[in-house]
This record gives sequence, C-alpha cells and structure tokens, in this order.
Amino acid sequence: MKSLYVVSVITIIVSFIVNKDKTIKGLTIGKNKFMNILPNYLKLLIIISLVLLLSENFIVTYLAQDNMILGLLSSIIIGSITIMPGFIAYPLAKILLNKGVPYMVVSGFVTSLMLVGLVTYPVEKEYFGRKATILRNIGGITIAALIAIITGILYGEVLM
Amino acid sequence: MEKDMKNNGMEKKKMEKKRKAKRDYLIFLGFLAISLISKLSSFDLGIRMWDNFLIFAKDMVLILPPSFALIGLFDAWAKRESIEKHFGKTSSPLRFVWSVLLAMTTVGGTFVSFPLANALYHKGAKYSSIMTYVTASSLFMIPMSIMEASMLGIKFTAIRLLASLPFIIIISLLLEKHLESTNYVLPLMEK
Repeated sequence: MKSLYVVSVITIIVSFIVNKDKTIKGLTIGKNKFMNILPNYLKLLIIISLVLLLSENFIVTYLAQDNMILGLLSSIIIGSITIMPGFIAYPLAKILLNKGVPYMVVSGFVTSLMLVGLVTYPVEKEYFGRKATILRNIGGITIAALIAIITGILYGEVLM
Repeated sequence: MEKDMKNNGMEKKKMEKKRKAKRDYLIFLGFLAISLISKLSSFDLGIRMWDNFLIFAKDMVLILPPSFALIGLFDAWAKRESIEKHFGKTSSPLRFVWSVLLAMTTVGGTFVSFPLANALYHKGAKYSSIMTYVTASSLFMIPMSIMEASMLGIKFTAIRLLASLPFIIIISLLLEKHLESTNYVLPLMEK
C-alpha cells in the first residue's frame, strides 16, 4: 500500500517535470474517470456489506459435506457469490481444513472467491459491458473448478 | 444532420447516467442513515453490516485515488504503438508474461485492474492480454499469496497458482476468439 503512494508521487513529479500540461491533462482524466465510476463502487460496497452477513457457520455447514461432489459444487457457488478479504477468507479456510473438509473443496472455495465476482458485477459491467463480463465470469468458474479438481488429485483425494 | 442525431443520442445517454448516479448516491445516503440508526439503537444486524462495509471501504478510500491518478497519467502518456507492440496486434506471445507481471504489481486487485484493462484496450491491447491481466490480478497478489501459503501450506498455494496459469491463458484466448468474431467493443469511458 505504501509502495503505491511512493510510485504515484514519484510518477506525478517526474511527469510534471517532463511535461506540465500533459500531467494536468492526465490527472484530470483520472479524476473524471473516478467520479464517473464512484457511484458504482458505492453500490458495490453496499452489496458486499450485505453479502458478508452470511455467517461463517452457514459456509462451514454447506462446505463440510460428506458428499465430495456436492461439497465442491457448494464451494464454487458460495465462493462465486461472495467476496472476502484475505484476513477473513484464509482463517475460514483453515477452519474448514481442520474440520476435515477436503483440500479440493477448500481450493474451489478460495479460488472462486477471488476469481468470480457476482457482487463486483456493477463495476465490471461498466468497463467490460454485459456480455464480456458474463463470459469472463463463466470462464472464472471453469478455471476454479479445474483448479479444485487438480488440487484434489495432487492431494490424493480424488482417485484417477 | 446525422451527426446531430448522434450527439443527441450521446446527450441522452449522459443524462441517463447522471440520473442513475443520483439514484445511487441517494441509496448510499439511505445506507448511511440505516447504519447510523442501527448504531444509535444498537441493532446488531445493522452494526455488523456497517462493520462489513468498513472492511472494504477503508481499502478503497486508500487505494482508488492514487490508482486513478496513475490510470489518468497512463492515458495521457502511453503511446498507442507501444501498447500494440507489447499487448496488441503486433505483439508476441510474450504479452502473456507482461500481462501477468502487470497483474502481480497491481495493488487493489480487480477493483483497479478493471479500469486499467479498459484503458489498455482503448490504447490497442488485445482481448487475450486484458483478460489474462484482469483474471491474473485477482489470483496473483503477492502479499495475499504469502498469507495464504503461511496459513494453508506452500503446496496448496503453489498448486493453485501454477495450475491456474495455463487455464487463464487458454480461457483468455477463447474469450478473445469469440469477442473478436462478434466484433464486440468495450464501453468507452468518458475522459
């Protein structure tokens, strides 16, 4: 986070020394782009704060299933719907592993959590349009499922 | 005459956007009011909602302003030819390496990579480059990966990251093939 500020300040200063007008133009573009998308980010934050109300218990109950295929499916569905910061997601993943949930299911959960964002739709749609957003997220679900299965194979949980 | 009509359409779109923005700000104000009332009346669910809001809001307040300053400067400085050469129609498969490296150095994950991907596209980057970039930016975050490996094991994280690379590239190429064949164009963000 600090590095982002260091890089930004240095870039702005260098850019300003090289060409003042271009720098002002660039910063104005940045400001306008930000103001244009701000309402969508606010909407996104509200959706996230509602989705995170899904209790950890709920997630643990659904992922800790005896049936591995059902567990994998739920992990990808729940992971796709929600979004979590790492400091919540990883301790939760650890709890799941301790409860005996297979690595395959935890991998599907963590990967789809990061890769697929139903809740980020209001922002992504503005930049990619509806069609590309939907296709990209379907691609993300596919990747998450494949990675989960590979994890399962490499941990010896799935028989080939 | 035709131009006038086009302008008219754009004006309409702008007005529509403004109206939507106004509505979103109102919803947000409502959200703030509900949170405040929850705090005052110690309504548990409302307080938890507000705490959840703060988790991501803090990051966004810190990350988004400098990121958009950099995206604006990128827009002003980046030359079309050099973007095309590294990410676009005159690029080699090395573009996937550049896209993943760019993703690894993007602070803020997809919240920042969506707008940058859009800017890259309008400077001449191909779909396969920006799709690889956006997808990798949500998976490859150095601090996050270190945290993951320390909690869930290096093997777990290594499998997840290494196995994902080929799939990310294959899926990006498939998306590109489809989007190009249907002449799909990404929305142009106003400057």
